[in-house]
Amino acid sequence: MSLVTLIPLFPLIGFLINGIGFRHVPKSLVGIIGSAAALASFACALSLFIGFSGQPEVTHLFDWITVGKLNISMSFQIDQLSLLMLLIITGVGSLIHIYSVGYMHHDEGFGKFFAFLNLFLFFMLLLVLGSNFVVMFIGWEGVGLCSYLLIGFWNKNSNYGNAARKAFIMNRIGDLGFLLGIFLIINHFGSVEFADVFGKIAEGDYESGDKTLLYITLLLFVGAMGKSAQIPLYTWLPDAMAGPTPVSALIHAATMVTAGIYMIIRANIMYSLSPETLEIVGWVGAATAVLAASIGLFQNDIKKVLAYSTVSQLGYMFMGLGVMAYSSSFFHVMTHAFFKALLFLGAGSVIHAMSDEQDIRFMGGLRKKLPVTFITFLIATIAISGIPPFAGFFSKDEILAHVYEHNKLMWVVALAGSVMTSFYMFRLLFLTFFGEFRGTHEQEHHLHESPITMTLPLMLLAVLSAIGGFFNLPHIFNGHASLAEFMSPLFAHTHSTAHEADASTEIMLMVISVAAALIAAAFAYFLYIIKKSVPAADGQESGLKKVIYNKYYVDELYDKIFVTPITVLSNFFHSVIEFLVIDLIVEGIGKGVKILSGEARLLQNGTTGYYIFAMVISIAVILAWSLRAFLF
Amino acid sequence: MLTLTLILFPIIAGLLTLASKGENAKTIASAAAFIELALGAYTYFSFVPDASTQFGLSYDWIHAAGVKFSIGIDGISLILVCLTTLMVPFIIVSTFNSNYTNANNLYALILFMQAALVGVFTAKDGFLFYFFFEAALIPVYFIAAIWGGENKIKVTLKFFIFTMFGSLFMLLALVYLYMKTPGEIHTSDITALYEVGQNLNPSQQGYIFWAFFIAFAIKMPLFPFHTWQPDTYVEAPAPATMLLSGIMLKMGTYGLIRILLPIVPAGVQAWGLTAIILSVIGIVYGSIIAIQQKDMKRLIAYSSFAHVGLMSAGIFSRTLDGLQGSLIQMLAHGINVIGLFFIVEIIQQRTKSRELARLGGITQTTPNLTVYFIIIMLGSVALPLTNGFVGEFLLLKGVYEYNVWIGAVAGITIILGAVYMLRLVQKSMFGITSRITEGFQDLTFSEKAVLFPIAFLVIALGIAPNAFLHITEPAVSQLLTIITK
Repeated sequence: MSLVTLIPLFPLIGFLINGIGFRHVPKSLVGIIGSAAALASFACALSLFIGFSGQPEVTHLFDWITVGKLNISMSFQIDQLSLLMLLIITGVGSLIHIYSVGYMHHDEGFGKFFAFLNLFLFFMLLLVLGSNFVVMFIGWEGVGLCSYLLIGFWNKNSNYGNAARKAFIMNRIGDLGFLLGIFLIINHFGSVEFADVFGKIAEGDYESGDKTLLYITLLLFVGAMGKSAQIPLYTWLPDAMAGPTPVSALIHAATMVTAGIYMIIRANIMYSLSPETLEIVGWVGAATAVLAASIGLFQNDIKKVLAYSTVSQLGYMFMGLGVMAYSSSFFHVMTHAFFKALLFLGAGSVIHAMSDEQDIRFMGGLRKKLPVTFITFLIATIAISGIPPFAGFFSKDEILAHVYEHNKLMWVVALAGSVMTSFYMFRLLFLTFFGEFRGTHEQEHHLHESPITMTLPLMLLAVLSAIGGFFNLPHIFNGHASLAEFMSPLFAHTHSTAHEADASTEIMLMVISVAAALIAAAFAYFLYIIKKSVPAADGQESGLKKVIYNKYYVDELYDKIFVTPITVLSNFFHSVIEFLVIDLIVEGIGKGVKILSGEARLLQNGTTGYYIFAMVISIAVILAWSLRAFLF
Repeated sequence: MLTLTLILFPIIAGLLTLASKGENAKTIASAAAFIELALGAYTYFSFVPDASTQFGLSYDWIHAAGVKFSIGIDGISLILVCLTTLMVPFIIVSTFNSNYTNANNLYALILFMQAALVGVFTAKDGFLFYFFFEAALIPVYFIAAIWGGENKIKVTLKFFIFTMFGSLFMLLALVYLYMKTPGEIHTSDITALYEVGQNLNPSQQGYIFWAFFIAFAIKMPLFPFHTWQPDTYVEAPAPATMLLSGIMLKMGTYGLIRILLPIVPAGVQAWGLTAIILSVIGIVYGSIIAIQQKDMKRLIAYSSFAHVGLMSAGIFSRTLDGLQGSLIQMLAHGINVIGLFFIVEIIQQRTKSRELARLGGITQTTPNLTVYFIIIMLGSVALPLTNGFVGEFLLLKGVYEYNVWIGAVAGITIILGAVYMLRLVQKSMFGITSRITEGFQDLTFSEKAVLFPIAFLVIALGIAPNAFLHITEPAVSQLLTIITK
């Protein structure tokens, strides 16, 4: 069996063992099996990466769905993009598995949790390994399922269950777009294989602005909006925080939600020929980035802040895609995976120590009791805020530079977003780790640093968040842009119109954004350290702040324009159309027949005289009919 | 001979069951059903995947009228014979935990039903098809009328009259076609009827179209001929609901493929769009109604109604994808809906309720039931790598090929399907326990014996659909060349 097949196979086996053996496999073994499966996949991915020839390799497993000329095969593709995704998924995934051993230790669903986590890895790996759109779709929907299962992991709580359902359904809306996109691809290209479809486009018969490509890219982007939580399909992601924190780190920050970016980079040849779509992608990203960041400003739930931050950062990645800065976007996918996973795991460590408290208004001063968590969280905060030399600075700045060259207005929006990012992150950091402790005595008494299984992943991710930027050090810092270099074959047939900013502009942009981030951080410092202010209790906000605190009432709006009408319609169909219209007509026909047959029955009354009379009349009528020619 | 055995064996076994009592009846009936399953499997493996009709035989039935008892199996028949022989054993085993009075009669009726169903799916003569089509109604009518719920008589009668009413139109059309066959003695051989029908002028084909369409549309049922269905599914006892939804409604979809499409291609050409629009209205309408249902059985009934709409739309798209999708979906839907109705039956037995508002929290004591419920639910919402996906993917693609916009509207089913199925699972299984779900006992051995194979099939068919797609494709391609000629 080839190495590439083993990669998804290990987590599948892990899932089966922990899933079927749930409550039978000893607890000590569950975590080892789950984590070993992830690590084994990582080892395979790493060895594939090292031995990679530079040419895409497709491994055909079996023919899955064959109808007429269309053959959808189960096959995997290894190339630059899938390799990098594999490393991120299995690498960060392994760390989060190890972390979960500590974090979920007291949960009675420990085995179930690891089974689901492994199943998630399996589907996520299928998503990036698939050599055609349909295998990608398997993974796409499969990760959606796991997300559903893990958001609703604590299924006694019906709010969590609702959040899980919301996530699945919103993703399904996107998936319909993806599916229709696939149909259009099949109708137009007669194949779903990446090599066939992109190969045909690379032959060069397609003009920029081609209508078919426009529709395909738009439909696929609808899928991306769902999975990667972009406007208007973003509201499920903050709710998804109902799941255990390692899930938020793995699925709702580092891997699954970046699937939309993966998809567009995968199909970059199509997108590059559809400038209209790219413009939409860019602006949807920009709008999402700034909207989500603004909501993040006033959230008080540690995980909610991070969730909106994730939505916002994903917006940055789409902005980058929109200006065809594909490798920069991917660079941000990678660094974001490091620092956002770290932030979530740090938040988990805090929640663990705080006996499940998530409201930052009741935290404070934790840096003394949780030194490792604090230091690593600090590194991640600096990284995400775009302050050099940590990872987020390099990746975000690359995107910003490309955006600047493309559209100055979009750059201003992006800059505003990054100011807000820096503010809400430092606000979170200060409120959580600085000042006085604001929780109960009981909580204070229980405060403790997390066990090594949890802090080790924190430290490793902190190292990656700190140095991750150097994987793609730009030329102006005497770097080699190694990541962009490695990925360049993916864009060989893409006629990029993305401009490179000249060195002086690039440095100017960097200075502006770093200064902006530092000012925002200083403002947060002033508010929460010097003035020691603590966000007001719920219900005390007013004006614009109230609107933002309530997430612009978008959930309520969706309720009004989608949920309520469908509910009303459902009841209307059931009680009015079904019973008062259709059934009444049906019963009416039945009654009509009954009445008619009642009349007809009178004809057969058993009186011989009546029958003879009827016979005579009938004969007369028939005769008259036959003789009508003579009579008239 | 094989086909005849498939029809006769359940009848003989049914008679034996009728003559036996108590546990014996159970044993005989289930043994017979599993032997029939083995026969079905044997048929599957001996079948040569080409377009021909195999294992056929033909006797004079009504010599003077040219009506023959002629049966045989091609790819299209085979997939439905497989469905029938595969599911009946599990329907029988699923009754083991219930106490039906005179259970031997119940088992006998199920076996008679099976014979009639196999007959419908293998008949190669128009009148023989009609005979089995009607014969299948009788056992299920009795099952529903004897062992049904409170309103069983009113509801069952409505169902009976409804479908009889539809069948009369079919009879009329068959007689009309039969009278047009050439020769001194007419023939009702199905290929002769094809020829007669195809030579009718378009307006005549239009009338014949509607005569058949109404018969099949009621049976499936399609919008707006469906109002018998939710009530019947709710009132009928579990085995009857399973037979009706799992297998019997496929008589309607099968009829569309076997009878309607090849007999009146021009009629379909003229009225196909109307039929597709009715089907798609049914999909959306049924799904939306399902969202707010309070009774588990009624919810699944409406979901089944929505699913059938998609199958019908795929058939009327007259594309290879649409037809292949509908055939694989008939199999998948049969498996899934039987599984779902069985789970409802289990919940009802334990809690005496099917009302979502009174349930909840069942999962806390039932890891096994939860897993099976979720797997079957996933099949039903067409998650990739489950059986439902293959069918829905091909069906939607077929409809999309026919018309992009209709395809997109039909596609809403994947969203709404998730809405009502996830609600079904959440309201019944998750949340806190209610008074009646506290201490809910997990699956017994015989319940697992039904649900494990069903869950297995949900996944196996999702991974290896080609095992059936290869079987049906030659026959479907041949059919398409006939009707697009």
